[in-house]
Amino acid sequence: MDAVVEVIGLYKRFPQSARPAVHDLNLAIDRGQLFGLVGPDGAGKTTTLRMLASVLEPGGGRVRLEGHDVVKEAEHIREWIGYMPQNFSLYPDLSVHENLEFFADIHRMPPERKRARIEEMLAFTRLEAFRGRRAANLSGGMKKKLALGCALVHAPRLLFLDEPSTGVDPVSRRELWTILTDVVHQGVTVVLSTPYMDEAERCHRVGMLFDGNLLASGSPEAMATSLPFAIIELKARPRKEMRRIVGALPGIAEWRPVGDRLRLAVPRENGQVEALMQALQHRFADEGVAVDFMRVERPGMEDVFVHLVSERRHTA
Amino acid sequence: MERLWTIMRKEVYHIWRDPRTLGLILLLPGLLLILLGFGISGESQDLSMVVADLSKTDASRRYLDYYVASDDFEVVASAASEVEVLAFIDGGKAQVGLLIPEAFGRTLETGGTAEVQLYVNGSADPANVQTIQLKLSAIGQMASQTILVRRITHVGAATGLSLPIDTFVKTLYNPNGDRKLYIIPGLIPVILELQGLLLSALAIVKEREQGTMEQLIVTTIKPWELMLGKIIPYLVVSTFTLLSMLALSQLLFGITIAGSFWELLGLSLIFIVGSLGMGVLISNLAQSQMQAMYLAMFIVLIPSIILSGMIYPRDGMPWASLFYSELLPVTHYLTILRAIFLRGVGAAALWPSILPLIGLSIVYFVASIFVFRKRI
Repeated sequence: MDAVVEVIGLYKRFPQSARPAVHDLNLAIDRGQLFGLVGPDGAGKTTTLRMLASVLEPGGGRVRLEGHDVVKEAEHIREWIGYMPQNFSLYPDLSVHENLEFFADIHRMPPERKRARIEEMLAFTRLEAFRGRRAANLSGGMKKKLALGCALVHAPRLLFLDEPSTGVDPVSRRELWTILTDVVHQGVTVVLSTPYMDEAERCHRVGMLFDGNLLASGSPEAMATSLPFAIIELKARPRKEMRRIVGALPGIAEWRPVGDRLRLAVPRENGQVEALMQALQHRFADEGVAVDFMRVERPGMEDVFVHLVSERRHTA
Repeated sequence: MERLWTIMRKEVYHIWRDPRTLGLILLLPGLLLILLGFGISGESQDLSMVVADLSKTDASRRYLDYYVASDDFEVVASAASEVEVLAFIDGGKAQVGLLIPEAFGRTLETGGTAEVQLYVNGSADPANVQTIQLKLSAIGQMASQTILVRRITHVGAATGLSLPIDTFVKTLYNPNGDRKLYIIPGLIPVILELQGLLLSALAIVKEREQGTMEQLIVTTIKPWELMLGKIIPYLVVSTFTLLSMLALSQLLFGITIAGSFWELLGLSLIFIVGSLGMGVLISNLAQSQMQAMYLAMFIVLIPSIILSGMIYPRDGMPWASLFYSELLPVTHYLTILRAIFLRGVGAAALWPSILPLIGLSIVYFVASIFVFRKRI
């Protein structure tokens, strides 16, 4: 497979800040992939996407889309990429249909193709019933869908989406993801950013961004298996006692509460996991703590992220 | 080219779908012209005057009649002493004070040179003070060659007093000295510029602020298509404003265009393009709508009113102000408009103003395209 997006040593520092927003970023994204740029707020996701989409000038390094430089060949690239900014970026006083038509016209689509494509987009985003409504009067979820439609109306081969599901209710979020999956099925390469780890799991490949640095990238499965820990999830009462015991027990690399449970990361070396679970059972029994459950879980993106961040903090 | 049309159509939607703003855009210039037209050109025909006739003789009353009979003065009060006269002027109740001394009648009878004292409020608009003084001297001279009129400027610095009044001034083009003829063609350019700038100064920066620019950047739109697409709809709006102001000045103020209407229209369009170009340039330089407004106000609009020659003549300006005023299209357009309006001069005679007008309009418009960068 050939890399559609090639990022080499990408760098950006804003004049007001001492630290770079994006530091020495290297990425390769293959055709037809759904790539997720994951990280907390302020990690540099938006800055990276803006540079990839030719909106923001890189401070250093290179970005090539299908082999074309985003700085030198910006106008060429803009013919076949789509970009959806994080904030609503359509004309509030134009209707749904007029917004779609405007962006189709700006991309100089021939009339018949334009008409067909707009209908397709309206159906695709389930906005047919609202075609005459002004964008200002749409709900948050519908605005996102319309923005997606506008970014897709000229049938781009490569689509950049900046936090498409942020600020959207769960139902609309699921709908957006269904649409996105369709887009990927149609062969469009999609690069999106998200602060949500559960969304990262749905991507083909993930890049984890923190403090402007790419901590790791790869498929969610590969990243989970590369984690040198097993994850134990545990629920016991009283919670205070559970925490005290876990905190005092040696052999646990990291632990954190998730809801009313604890998630423990335990080094995956020769039988340590089983030994630790036994030790925990004993301690709980001795102290009279009732264990609801204790089981080994598949590591998720969040576990990977927490591990990578703490690892980075230790080395830094 | 199709994209230019697309942008224009979008801008028309923006304008059309905000009826309240559209109403303001179309109505306010006319209202402003009416307000300022009557306000500024209102001749100060009746100057309020306070009189202290201490002589109380036939001669003094005859002398007073000259003032009363003229259209220029209205005796609003009589005073008993100089102190009272000054109090009237200080209190703003009278603009001019006349003191006829007790000895007035006697001195005249004995063939001496009688003196009267005139007080003028020098803190008023210098142009007004000068007018008042001219009128006073004229009446004074008319009244009697033997009465020496000593004018004293009260409050504020003395302005040049000794202008000879036995005048054979032949006023060309505006024989009645009607200030409207001078003011209205001066107001039109400033109002047009005000409107054009305010409309276009927001054009680009608004898209940046509402985030739509980010989306536009990722399209293949060309900077000139975007700029021109934004300017043309406003050009139509401004042309409407121009025509409505021309109609108003004819219907309401009775001012007819002495020269060619079509020349005036053509040159006006060039001026409007220049003003809109300046606005778009400001819009490109500003980072927020607030900044754009401030830039438009302080860099262009206020200097346009003060320096363009609309109110104050440019002859005596220091070189820096003069140079700055030359960079404002409105300065040249004002000269052109007054010439066509009042003198009926053809474009052929106006090249010294037309060339800079065209040059500046092109420079501002082209600069607005080049300054625009398709990046955030």
